[in-house]
Amino acid sequence: MQNFVGVGVSRGRVIGPVRHMPAALAEPPVGEKLASSTTPETAAAALKEAGAAVKAQLLARAGGAEGTGKDVLEATALMATDPMLIKAAVKLINSGSSAERAIWEAGESVAAMLKGLGGYMAERSHDVQDVKSRIVAQLRGVPAPEIPDSDAPFILVAEDLAPADTATLDPNKVVALVTASGGPQSHTAIIARALGLPAVVAATGVGGLADSGLVFVDGSTGQVSTDPGDAEHAAVALWQEQASLLSVFDGEGRLADGTLLPLLANVGGDSDAREAAAANAQGVGLLRTEFCFLGNDTEPSHAVQVAAYRGVFDAFPGQKVVVRTLDAGADKPLPFLTDTSEANPALGVRGYRTDTTTPGVLARQLAAIADAAKQSQAVVWVMAPMISTAAEAAHFAALCTAEGLKIPGVMVEVPSAALTARHLFDHVEFASLGTNDLTQYAMAADRQLGTLAALNDPWQPAVLALIRATVEGAASQARYSAAHALEDSAPRDSAPKPVGVCGESAADPVLAVVLAGLGVTSLSMTPRALPAVSAVLRTVTLPQARALAMEAVAAASAAEALELVRAGLPALAELGL
Amino acid sequence: MIERSATIASTVGLHARPASIFAEAAGELGIEVTIARASDPVDEAVDADSMLALMGLGVEHGELVVLRTEDDTAAEALESLVRILETNHDA
Repeated sequence: MQNFVGVGVSRGRVIGPVRHMPAALAEPPVGEKLASSTTPETAAAALKEAGAAVKAQLLARAGGAEGTGKDVLEATALMATDPMLIKAAVKLINSGSSAERAIWEAGESVAAMLKGLGGYMAERSHDVQDVKSRIVAQLRGVPAPEIPDSDAPFILVAEDLAPADTATLDPNKVVALVTASGGPQSHTAIIARALGLPAVVAATGVGGLADSGLVFVDGSTGQVSTDPGDAEHAAVALWQEQASLLSVFDGEGRLADGTLLPLLANVGGDSDAREAAAANAQGVGLLRTEFCFLGNDTEPSHAVQVAAYRGVFDAFPGQKVVVRTLDAGADKPLPFLTDTSEANPALGVRGYRTDTTTPGVLARQLAAIADAAKQSQAVVWVMAPMISTAAEAAHFAALCTAEGLKIPGVMVEVPSAALTARHLFDHVEFASLGTNDLTQYAMAADRQLGTLAALNDPWQPAVLALIRATVEGAASQARYSAAHALEDSAPRDSAPKPVGVCGESAADPVLAVVLAGLGVTSLSMTPRALPAVSAVLRTVTLPQARALAMEAVAAASAAEALELVRAGLPALAELGL
Repeated sequence: MIERSATIASTVGLHARPASIFAEAAGELGIEVTIARASDPVDEAVDADSMLALMGLGVEHGELVVLRTEDDTAAEALESLVRILETNHDA
């Protein structure tokens, strides 16, 4: 047995055969010439043959798909032998280019033409890029850069996974994810939790695992082992038994003493929202509105935005839906908003800050949210991402008020916002902690870097201290701020304004206890995490949670914080967490 | 050379499924057929069997196009392509 230890980022234990994700396809070098041993005629014939092979592969895939997916695959298949594409490539081959370079350039120029046409055509440009890469892979005799096709379920092993890689991930085929790099906040971790797949990241050396060899994966401990024996099979069986116990959330987040702690869902569109409602989420704690914008070269119209938001609001009549305004920039660039040439995109013009460089987009989005809210029964709250100062919070609140949105809030992702929360609350009605970015900024560690995974851990005492500072800011503002009491004439309860958490940390059932103890008033997570978080919260009282939170904040390290809290939660072992 | 005109019947225009149906049918004929907007000069015509070229042409619903071939025996083949263009494949 060979053991690899990575970081467990999504719970579950499974045994299955390994399939490797092919390495990303390298671009054929600019100016790559035809090998002297090859004639243009042979190269052109090889290219046509490769195109036909790719077409056949895509048609085979289309045969197994349904609906729109099938149509798209069939259209893409046809592109692989398209006369316009092949003729352009053959022309380049005849002028001395290698077949790989020729099809690459021909594909690029056709894609650019489609992109220039905008709309539906621009979307198809990605399909041309895909076909081009597949033909190059075919010419080189390497597997296409995509999730391997297999009739039997398998464990996907990769260096790391990008959003484009996982778009076609079929959770009925892939039973676990293992990556050699990546961190707990990486895309791999997020997608694994959303799909409920066990996952281990930063497992150095797994690239050498034998293809189709059986391995055991434990998404809690981060263990990956070859040649699983009786002990591993027993561990998988135990997990399956416990998983069935932890599969349902009854729709009421509360602690053992009855203290209510609403559990909401993070969603990115209307189908997510319906799934979240079906999972009994008590509302939406984070609606990522990028879904409405990403992949667009231009700003979506008012009507398109209203329809998109309504689709989500209508899934939660009478319940809270917290809308985060457009968070473009850094890892989510948008051509009409962001400057991709920035040296430090994570520290650049992103989130709320794009309103300073491209004013108007945010106000129009707020107008669309307000219209959608009026047409639906949901209780709509709105918050801005990447707020750093009270002045920004005030400006955002003014924009909301101008559109008739009554409950403006801010995301707390920047340490300065956490440390000056008291002043931010003078202008807004709530805050939501985005712990993924808060961790990356507090620790100055890129979320995507596997080598910094240990720093990028929301259990870091510094991150917990910033969460506490935010909650204390709300309490302090409620106590001392005159502005708060002046807002309406009726005597007002001086309860602090709500502070929620909508980062990945809210989905960690152990950390959820700490967040409850720190005074966070709601948790929002991927719907899959609701049952486990609810189950653990119900094993502690508020005073117990507070005591554990104190220990965690006072710990000297992330590992010590986790160890102390786990030790204080004997129920975890019973739940198998 | 023979030519035939047709009005695009598919509501989405000559894109997506209608374009792939047409390009496939044109490819199966084994003769070279070009397609252009009736209002465009002949040298802007593109290969009828290239879906990508058809998409680049961007012909919309209700537009008039001209099919041309150098093969004077292919009148029937052109007619078959006209019928495809004048059918609404989105219905």
